[in-house]
Amino acid sequence: MKRLAIVAALAVLATLPLWVRGTFYVNIASQILLYAIFALGVNVLAGYAGLVSLGHAGLFGVAAYTGAKILTGGYGHVVVDTAALAVTVAAAAVFAMLALRGTGLGFVMITVALGQIVWGVAYRWISLTNGDNGISITGRPRPFGLSLASPHSFYWATFVVFLTAILSMAVFVASPFGASVRGTRDQPRRMTALGYHVWMIRFVAFLFSGWWSGVAGLLYLYYNEFVSPQAVALTASAEALLMVIAGGTGTLLGPIVGAALVVVIKNVASAYIERWNFVLGAVFVIIVVFMPDGLVPGVARLARRVSVVLRSGPRMATTATRDETSR
Amino acid sequence: MSLWLLLAVNSITLGGLLFLLSAGFSLIFGLMRIPNLTHGSFFMLGAYLSTSLIARGLDFWTAAVLSGLGVAVFGGIVERLILRRLPGAELAQVLVTLGLSFMVADVCLMVWTGDPIRIDTPSALRGTTSVLGLDFPRYRLAVSLVAVVFAAGLWALLERTRLGAMIRAGVDDPSMARVVGIRVSRLFTIVFCLGAWLAGFAGVIGGPILSVYPGLDAEMLPLALVVVILGGSGSLLGSFVGSFIVGFLYNFGQAMFPELAYVVLFLPMLIVLVVRPRGLFGRQAA
Amino acid sequence: MSALAVRGLEKHFGGLRVTAAVDLAVEAGERRLIIGPNGAGKTTLFNLITGELRPDHGAITLFGADITRVPARRRAHLGIGRTYQIITLFPRDTLSHNVMLSLLALMPLRWSPFVRLDRQTALVAAARAVLTRVGLDHLAERPLTQTSYGERRRVEIAMALAQNPRVLLLDEPFAGLSIEERRDVLALVTGIPRDVTIVMIEHDMDVALDFAERISVLHFGEVVMEGTRTEVVAHPRTREIYLGE
Repeated sequence: MKRLAIVAALAVLATLPLWVRGTFYVNIASQILLYAIFALGVNVLAGYAGLVSLGHAGLFGVAAYTGAKILTGGYGHVVVDTAALAVTVAAAAVFAMLALRGTGLGFVMITVALGQIVWGVAYRWISLTNGDNGISITGRPRPFGLSLASPHSFYWATFVVFLTAILSMAVFVASPFGASVRGTRDQPRRMTALGYHVWMIRFVAFLFSGWWSGVAGLLYLYYNEFVSPQAVALTASAEALLMVIAGGTGTLLGPIVGAALVVVIKNVASAYIERWNFVLGAVFVIIVVFMPDGLVPGVARLARRVSVVLRSGPRMATTATRDETSR
Repeated sequence: MSLWLLLAVNSITLGGLLFLLSAGFSLIFGLMRIPNLTHGSFFMLGAYLSTSLIARGLDFWTAAVLSGLGVAVFGGIVERLILRRLPGAELAQVLVTLGLSFMVADVCLMVWTGDPIRIDTPSALRGTTSVLGLDFPRYRLAVSLVAVVFAAGLWALLERTRLGAMIRAGVDDPSMARVVGIRVSRLFTIVFCLGAWLAGFAGVIGGPILSVYPGLDAEMLPLALVVVILGGSGSLLGSFVGSFIVGFLYNFGQAMFPELAYVVLFLPMLIVLVVRPRGLFGRQAA
Repeated sequence: MSALAVRGLEKHFGGLRVTAAVDLAVEAGERRLIIGPNGAGKTTLFNLITGELRPDHGAITLFGADITRVPARRRAHLGIGRTYQIITLFPRDTLSHNVMLSLLALMPLRWSPFVRLDRQTALVAAARAVLTRVGLDHLAERPLTQTSYGERRRVEIAMALAQNPRVLLLDEPFAGLSIEERRDVLALVTGIPRDVTIVMIEHDMDVALDFAERISVLHFGEVVMEGTRTEVVAHPRTREIYLGE
């Protein structure tokens, strides 16, 4: 049943440009997918390793800026992408070595500092990054000679990358390494006593997370054909975290739903609602206070409760769901 | 006046402002372990409120105190209605206060529009005074003085009053404090409101120097963060020393290494976090 | 050569001496009980042995090998297993998954990001076997949150047994259990073969005394008495320590 739903959803996504009217919405869809990849990357740490980073826009930005710099240096896309991702993973290694010195809140603060340093460089080191004016690139890549200039073709290319990301995440989650990452989230002390190298597990998870954040950063660069310090600001990291939290940490669907929610509010709702920042903040607050597990588990819980009520009457609902709260 | 001297004076002034801003943040974090990312918004909100009060004819200092009060009331509501529902959930508190800061920023944009607003220096403090043969801007001296006065006052509050003793106990050992019978929840609200008042008041005091504009909150918050991390949370002395260190780092960094301005600011914070998570004077690690 | 020996072990927290020049030697296959009033430093001693805490002075040897400097994460690989006073299991997972995590910890497979964990039939079967040993195989697919406290205590022990430790440290394994549950856990623990050396911390004298061969009494971080069960029980100092001086 679940497998059928997944296949159906993927089929819908794959054929999206064929049945959606207007390039505006196809572009929205491309954005949703690229931010979903970013959110999935952040989720590896926040959801599966229990390490909340408010500095991941720094890695996203390192990839985008490195890509932009090398591209404007005249190199081909293969070189650009490889180099940008290599630099991003190296940056993730540095981030990890510093951030893992702290736990809990200390970790968050260190990632904030790291993200701000990257932002500071993007904003102030004008000779390197062109500061607030950003860097423009001349065109999107042409994989196998195919042009990605049109919204449709860009969407399909992004979709392919998105599929790869989802697949790698699914494999990661089901693997022994994925299980050990989750173990370090739930009982780090015990994991050490059992014989796991908790620091190394977190470090590798950070690299994996950084890789996908970098991929998303490159997609962002190619989508906009432009990068500016906006992409590296604290608000960008916060939005990524919001996507993860809103959708639900520790699931694969959650970050995707969260990304869709945030992108839609930012782009579509802002056409109708003037104060979209307010809405974003309010959504943040409401979800954190009322649905701390995020939308996906929250809605799933709601759905379960509804189905129990429908099947056997209101009284059953309270006993059936007590198990979930007996933690 | 030479450039360096001017920079030094500005650094001391900024340090004073930062002290008012971060003392509250440090207390809130030290006592309640809440990383209040809305603190920058408190600063900005206070400044904006005062512009409206001054426009209605209130004098500068009254407006400052009343704006602080307005922000304190807002802070109290936030603490009671929202933060109280998330005890100990640090991540949730980070996210909620971040979300609130988005909301406040947008509301300010809505009410006061996007144009920067100047707050005029109170007339009594315009111009310069001569000290030791050099001319110092009067207002900046005044700000530094106010900061010192408040530092002394806060110190007296913490060291000499019962309330202060309870706060210190709560910072040192929250569970023990509860056991001993301290009304922790009421204490939390008081401290949060006090911190909010200080931030709002600081926003007004800083007005003649910084003006008030959208984005002020996002500029001040990281500075407060660096101060508290450097100085150590829950420590008044830490906030005091840290504020002036950051004031100097920020101004001299901007002047000497404009391209690396933020690196100069955040690198020490990073080093402290990594090498000595407690900060210079703090009691618990961040 | 003792299975586990501790020499001159010291640990200070600020000005407080939590572990004070402790000398202890447990022979292979022995059943040692460590008793002492609250705050005597029993769990701290365990934490020092497992490496969670670093001693300020002293040495720890395992079958003659000095492990004082060995990092905590390596000690499980050397054969030290332990259970915790407060249950520290993985709440979001099934019993089977909990035990598999324990088994996986000592296998190179734990680093693999490619294979599916739940398809590792040998591992799943091994986890089943361990759960059978503690009488919980019928609950293998039950999430931990849906088990009783007594069942979780047994899972704690299963986690440690899964790794075939040479030395097993049990920290208050009977805490909070009903009379019947205590009997079950005692049977479980006495059933452990002699190739495992067991050191137990316990407060409940009735059950623990049945189990112990030798007893060490800890008080204010020092070993104040050691001997066979009969010797220690008969000694008037034991009563003094427990009822206050």
